[in-house]
Amino acid sequence: MTQLTGTVNKVMDENEIRRALTRIAHEIIERNKGAEDLVIIGIQSRGVPMAQRLARIISEIEGLEIPVGSLNVALYRDDYATRSARTISPSKIPFDVTNKKVILVDEVLFTGRTTRAALDAIMDLGRPAVIQLAVLVDRGHRELPIRADYVGKNLPTALKESVDVHWVETKGEDAVMITK
Amino acid sequence: MQLQRKDILGLQEMSPDEIRLILNTAESLKDILGRPVKKVPILRGKSICTLFYENSTRTRTSFELAAKIMSADTTSISTAGSSIQKGESFKDTLLTLEAMGMDVFVIRHGASGAPHFAARVVGSHVINAGDGMHEHPTQGLLDMLTILENKGTFDGLKVLIVGDIMHSRVARSNIWGLSKMGAEVRLCGPRTLLPNEIEKLPVTVYTDLDEAISDVDVVNVLRIQLERMNRGFFPSIREYSRLFGINKARLRRAKRDVLVMHPGPMNRGIEITPDVADGEFAVITDQVTNGVAVRMALLYLLLGGGGNVGAA
Repeated sequence: MTQLTGTVNKVMDENEIRRALTRIAHEIIERNKGAEDLVIIGIQSRGVPMAQRLARIISEIEGLEIPVGSLNVALYRDDYATRSARTISPSKIPFDVTNKKVILVDEVLFTGRTTRAALDAIMDLGRPAVIQLAVLVDRGHRELPIRADYVGKNLPTALKESVDVHWVETKGEDAVMITK
Repeated sequence: MQLQRKDILGLQEMSPDEIRLILNTAESLKDILGRPVKKVPILRGKSICTLFYENSTRTRTSFELAAKIMSADTTSISTAGSSIQKGESFKDTLLTLEAMGMDVFVIRHGASGAPHFAARVVGSHVINAGDGMHEHPTQGLLDMLTILENKGTFDGLKVLIVGDIMHSRVARSNIWGLSKMGAEVRLCGPRTLLPNEIEKLPVTVYTDLDEAISDVDVVNVLRIQLERMNRGFFPSIREYSRLFGINKARLRRAKRDVLVMHPGPMNRGIEITPDVADGEFAVITDQVTNGVAVRMALLYLLLGGGGNVGAA
């Protein structure tokens, strides 16, 4: 989308994103002592491409297939009164999360409210052994006691700035943009 | 896109885009019905009132279930046992309940237009759950969702609605909804049960069922409303059944993958034979499940449920 106002800066390019994802993949494997029972769930919509890539990288390293799901948290949000209702697409979680190690993936961690909604949504699907959070960018300004287990880049921002992650799958390039 | 209206009164005034939005939302929400925990918190703290001046099992239960799955609270009022029997007017009943904080009224009434009146009286949302001989929009939408799931499109589909068209609000909602979405709607029934000025509806009318059913993709069988049949619309139930009942032999004239639908409650052996009602082409229980999904979608869209995932 073209920005009409404000200056846009690229804070991560294709290579930096690739390296960050590779590092996160290794951290996930290290922390969980392999990829046994690992499942990856991306928060719709922009956490999904990242979830798929992490799964691919981990599969390549560990040589086993990692199940990937996509989660819609619209029905668990706490701000429905102030946001308009739009079309929602269903969650696609083609596996049982019970007793699995769930890696929850989102592109930007900001207030933490989306993560809170996602945690509730996953709990309604079953009882995972553990849930860990992986994000590409942590931009600060948390409103809830939530932190990420895996962070691609810590990016100090002002509240009025916006952080956009572009993925090749949807925007034609991999980049993290910040608009002042 | 979002729904830009306060009330759901009929499909006649709805745009194809709105219908598409509701059906897509329903399809997404249907997913919840198959989960072990059938509950999402989105409508927590909202109050839904079902106000029924006519009897109903499935519509009322379906609305209440839809509301409860989305964590709303439900209250149901029917004429028996309420102050309506002490003579309280429709308007006063509405105002009283609105003062208690109802966010949505789901109204069924014997008088056509009653929900429209209610929508002007109260600031809360109103959903028409069937008004007289006018419309039953949620039934129309659930029929459409069932067709869409099985056929993938409405474009060029031939849909036959057979039976008591005149008294049927289900028929009217189906006619408006389906024709807007590009389906060809055929009606068939005894002349006495076809409404006046039927030519003003976007339909083709038949009085010979064998002709009407040939090559159709969907047959929607209407209930013979025995409670409204005291005026001799046809000579006998037996004759009706012979001329307009859906049975296996008749069904062979339709397309090979025909869907048989019925809004319920069924009079088995009158408008539909039991072997068809329980047969391979029937999607009657799917319709009931889709009804819950459609009603969830409407409550979600009306009460301004959350949007897609944003950056926050």
